[in-house]
Amino acid sequence: MEPMIRLEAVSKHYPARKGSAAVTALSETSLNIDRGEIFGVIGRSGAGKSTLIRLINLLERPSSGRVVVDGIDLTALDNSRLRAVRRQIGMIFQHFNLLSSRTVFDNVALPLELAGLSGKEIRSKVTPLLELVGLADKTGRYPAELSGGQKQRVGIARALATEPKVLLCDEATSALDPETTRSILGLLRDINEKLGITIVVITHEMQVIKEICDRVAVIDAGKVVELASVEQVFTRPQTEVTRSLLAVVSGDELPSPLAARLSPKADGPAVLRLRFTGEDAEAPVIARLSRHHGVEASILYGQVDSIRNASFGTLVIAVPVSGEALAAVIRFLENQNVVVESLGYLAADIRAAG
Amino acid sequence: MSLLNHLGISPQIYALLVEATLQTLHMTAVAGLLGTLFGLPLGVLLATSGRGELLQCVTFNRIAGLVVNATRSTPFIILVVAIIPFTRLVAGTSIGTAAAIVPLTIAAIPFIARIVETSIREVDQGLVEAAKAMGATPLQIIRKVLIPEAMPGIVAGLTLAIVSLIGYSAMVGAVGGGGLGDLGIRYGYQRFMPEVMALVVLVLIVLVQAVQTAGDRLARRVNKRLRDA
Repeated sequence: MEPMIRLEAVSKHYPARKGSAAVTALSETSLNIDRGEIFGVIGRSGAGKSTLIRLINLLERPSSGRVVVDGIDLTALDNSRLRAVRRQIGMIFQHFNLLSSRTVFDNVALPLELAGLSGKEIRSKVTPLLELVGLADKTGRYPAELSGGQKQRVGIARALATEPKVLLCDEATSALDPETTRSILGLLRDINEKLGITIVVITHEMQVIKEICDRVAVIDAGKVVELASVEQVFTRPQTEVTRSLLAVVSGDELPSPLAARLSPKADGPAVLRLRFTGEDAEAPVIARLSRHHGVEASILYGQVDSIRNASFGTLVIAVPVSGEALAAVIRFLENQNVVVESLGYLAADIRAAG
Repeated sequence: MSLLNHLGISPQIYALLVEATLQTLHMTAVAGLLGTLFGLPLGVLLATSGRGELLQCVTFNRIAGLVVNATRSTPFIILVVAIIPFTRLVAGTSIGTAAAIVPLTIAAIPFIARIVETSIREVDQGLVEAAKAMGATPLQIIRKVLIPEAMPGIVAGLTLAIVSLIGYSAMVGAVGGGGLGDLGIRYGYQRFMPEVMALVVLVLIVLVQAVQTAGDRLARRVNKRLRDA
């Protein structure tokens, strides 16, 4: 089936201006986004993700390459036909971009007014949308009277007003607190399921990708460096960029008191990081270790999480063995489908004090 | 009336004062209205015709900016006499209240245009981007996004413009425009009637105060950004 969005070798260069050199925001990027999926794009700030999402509705015109949405080559359209196609692509923003002079109702009505619908048609469309996003009681309020989460709900209702096939989310939850973020992401997933709309999410937060995306592209320095299912990216990251983006959510970062106790000298128990992926996260690895090797592992730190149906996580353990015995333990663990990384040894003196 | 008599002001002077007040109101209102009629679109064009903007037309932007600056840097009294031929062409005469409205309007247009331009430039570019993403045409963006969002600033600016026009109107006595300023100069100053001068100043203060209060109130009403819950 023809994908909903197809980027074909798309590049975006900004020419040099006074005081700043030429910038390549995106180079030769090709990407297919399937119908009905929630596709994530993650990267550090300045990686080019903001440019990428603006290329999909041609808010930014590519320097080269083609942007095809639902079989239509946007780069070949004149302005008036492009405007018609844009009504098929809703967009929500980090700072909501609501009109402060319009009520909630009138903000949602705006895209319909622009499309030339009558007042009656507008009312019949806006009311159910406000119910969908849970703001039926706020129709006459102004944006200044709403919380951040409510503003983004208005933004979502507005983006859906023209019944688009695609919804672009530009850092849509980055200005919201974690709880509100979760409720907005839940709403997006509901919409995706109910309306079958294709959603593209741009974010710098892995948490967001984890919560709602099916597939994710990791972007760095204007290039897609990794593209796979979310499960795959979380459990088997292929690049350094991905690993560092994952560090926050996957427990790769050791708590600092523990990190301070690590030493490269082999005069204490060995510290190992075990990385579990997929179904193995539930296997009783530590129990087996004690049963088969008689090694009592103490757990120093751990984080286990799940994406959709797959679990993943890390466990940092200390085992009071060294030399050949340690090598045997590592071999055993690796045979259990656990990725093992040796972090060093627990410093003896501090251990005695603790 | 009795109070005026008590102050030693004759009914004749009183009649002059009423007439002058009406002339000032007439000139200010008409010049303000015409100034807005031309100044608003000019301001919108100034704000949207620059490089990379909605209605990009750099040549127009440069020339309009130049003309606006030239008009604004000409002292009003000089503008009044400098454009007398134009005034005669438009108003059919170069003296009287109707004639005075021409230079007042010419002075008001660039003033209002700059105020509108500034207010529109202050509108968050994110809103323009959102409207573009909805498939809005440049004219729709101006009508439905830029002007409504800039309204609080525009109203505050128009208030400022009208207050300035009241001040400018004091100078059109030079072309027989009448009005409060003219009364103050001819009677209060040239005929040594300080009580007339005091009255003129008093009426002007009341007028400016009224315009400012009304303008502030309207600006608050159109500003939905910071509402008390």
